[in-house]
Amino acid sequence: MPVITYREALRHAMDEELTRDPNVVILGEEVGQFQGAYKITEGLLAKHGPKRIVDTPISEAGFLGMGVGSAMLGLRPVMELMFFSFYSVAFDQIFNNAANIRYMSGGLINCPIVIRGPANGGTNVGATHSHTPESIAAYHPGIKVVVPSTAYDAKGLLKSAIRDNDPVIFLENTMLYGESCEVPTEEYLIPLGQAKVMREGTDISIIGHGRSIQMALKSAIMLKEKHNINAEVIDLRSIRPLDEAAILASVRKTNRVLLVEEAKPFCSVSAMIACIIQEKAFDYLDAPIRRVTSMDAPAIYSPPLEKEQLPTPQKIFDAALVVLK
Amino acid sequence: MIKKTTSPKKTEVVDPGYDARQAPINAKLGPDEKIAFFRDMLRIRRFEERCLRSYTQGKIGGFLHLYIGQESIAVGCVSVMGDNDHIITAYRDHGHALAVGMGMNEMMAENYGKYTGCSKGKGGSMHYFDPSRHYWGGHGIVGGQIPLGTGIAYALKYKGLKGACMAFMGDGAVNQGAVHESYNLAALWDLPVVFIIENNGYSMGTSQERSSAGENLAGRAAGYGMNWAIVQNGHDVYEVRDKVGKALKLAHDHCKPTVLEIRTYRYRGHSVADPDSTYRDKSEIEEYKNTKDPIMVYQNALVAEGVLNDEIIKKIDDSARAEAETSAQFAEQSPYPTIADIKKDVYWEVDNPQDKKSVGNLFFD
Repeated sequence: MPVITYREALRHAMDEELTRDPNVVILGEEVGQFQGAYKITEGLLAKHGPKRIVDTPISEAGFLGMGVGSAMLGLRPVMELMFFSFYSVAFDQIFNNAANIRYMSGGLINCPIVIRGPANGGTNVGATHSHTPESIAAYHPGIKVVVPSTAYDAKGLLKSAIRDNDPVIFLENTMLYGESCEVPTEEYLIPLGQAKVMREGTDISIIGHGRSIQMALKSAIMLKEKHNINAEVIDLRSIRPLDEAAILASVRKTNRVLLVEEAKPFCSVSAMIACIIQEKAFDYLDAPIRRVTSMDAPAIYSPPLEKEQLPTPQKIFDAALVVLK
Repeated sequence: MIKKTTSPKKTEVVDPGYDARQAPINAKLGPDEKIAFFRDMLRIRRFEERCLRSYTQGKIGGFLHLYIGQESIAVGCVSVMGDNDHIITAYRDHGHALAVGMGMNEMMAENYGKYTGCSKGKGGSMHYFDPSRHYWGGHGIVGGQIPLGTGIAYALKYKGLKGACMAFMGDGAVNQGAVHESYNLAALWDLPVVFIIENNGYSMGTSQERSSAGENLAGRAAGYGMNWAIVQNGHDVYEVRDKVGKALKLAHDHCKPTVLEIRTYRYRGHSVADPDSTYRDKSEIEEYKNTKDPIMVYQNALVAEGVLNDEIIKKIDDSARAEAETSAQFAEQSPYPTIADIKKDVYWEVDNPQDKKSVGNLFFD
């Protein structure tokens, strides 16, 4: 099986969907002639032409809203945000228009749009470019939120997102774009809402999404090597829909929970999951749920400090030991 | 203290040789079509008057943004729509909805929050939709619908259809960034969209003079190299038809956008519960009503032409009033949505379980 990067996996997903469905169109800043600010769309303009791969001006409210309107009429736009942080200038178009149009029309209209781009810290670009808005996006009924952590998932989930008839926020990570894994050449789809057990274990459940999962896997190896602890690592893969069943099954198995994520702690995905666990599996818990998140301040620029602000394998390791004490 | 303006600052567009009635698009009209325009305008007026009664009786919640005084615009614009033309507007949306052929019953029921409403009681007065009639709302945020209209035009061009989208907004919307971003995209990519500013002089309670720089609103299009025009007499259904028709033709034949500013006036407050006396004098409203009311002006013209007489007028008016009254009864007697309905129409997938691909939880209560 070929080993490809997360970046290539995203590109292959779009390439295949562009070929399959003439209504799929890629729009965004620098996606065409420039070959993509992060080279995700490299080569797609040459292959699919300027009607399908469209360079937009720096005008997120305008072009995202335009994408929503075109989706109402049956196109399947895949909109790239160079940094997902730029969603804030298009908030009304995403969360008032895309999220609500089906509801407010009593189900007469649907909006099959994908809005994708990197949403992460760790690249020393400061607070304005380092937003992790998965909880903000998932807060809105009508919206789906997907956060792949591997190349394999990036491809299978993006293909499903493009075929989905509801608006999907697809959050990537620049720190993962160069990461590789085996990805089959034959077509596959991964359904949204299906978590993945990345490592089986019996002593503690480490649950999260995105790049934090890669860190959690490192922590799990450290826990095994240093303390002979068998940690189970669950990658949620999508936030809404959420695989509650997988979360609860793991909690019932290990009875101890550590939640990890790169976002800030207040009103975050992990806060929601802690709430769900205490509602539905309280009796299975042998210890309080703990969380490892980003430190609760705007993303700091200073490169060594930004590393410390974000989750690290060491922080996850330490927190797991507290849960297990 | 802020002075009330007696008339909004607007550049008068005077073209002494222009006679909208003689424009080719109007000269060919037969009496049946003319009567239909009159009937449609009067139906909008009577529907909204009935809405106002229900609103003051507490039957309708939230806001009620009435179109009274502006009827010639919706009727004129919709009358020139072709098979592949589409429209989208803001929250003052009753007139456009009736003009495209939506029924008073489903509209009034929507206002009452009933399940038989056009959006099953989920949208309300500001959010009517009927995609089958190419009517895409009904949008509550000022200017927020303009990128959507631009996207509809984009999709029409993408699909190779010879059609256009008329994207309506009020004069208050022209200062929103999303509107300017849409202008740029439409001009940059030659999209078949007609941006229509219904300039009634006031963005809520703030006059054009106090909110918008520059002499006129449509002229801002020049900064984007875009065609623009002003309909000076927005109360004249013929002038509306002529100028919108030309803009649509430009969109159809050359895929070029236009900004069209239509001068008009609203008689009621921004929403009817808003105080009206803080920002304009009653005399201003009375003057417009007495000299430029679109229905009165058109009625007089058609009577002079011999197309209408008192008997026909009464028949049309009685019918419009009865239709509006029936819609109120229909709304009154209709059921509300159920608690279970609150969570329907959120996700396409949930409403179409046979085609559902995702797993996991979509709701969290």
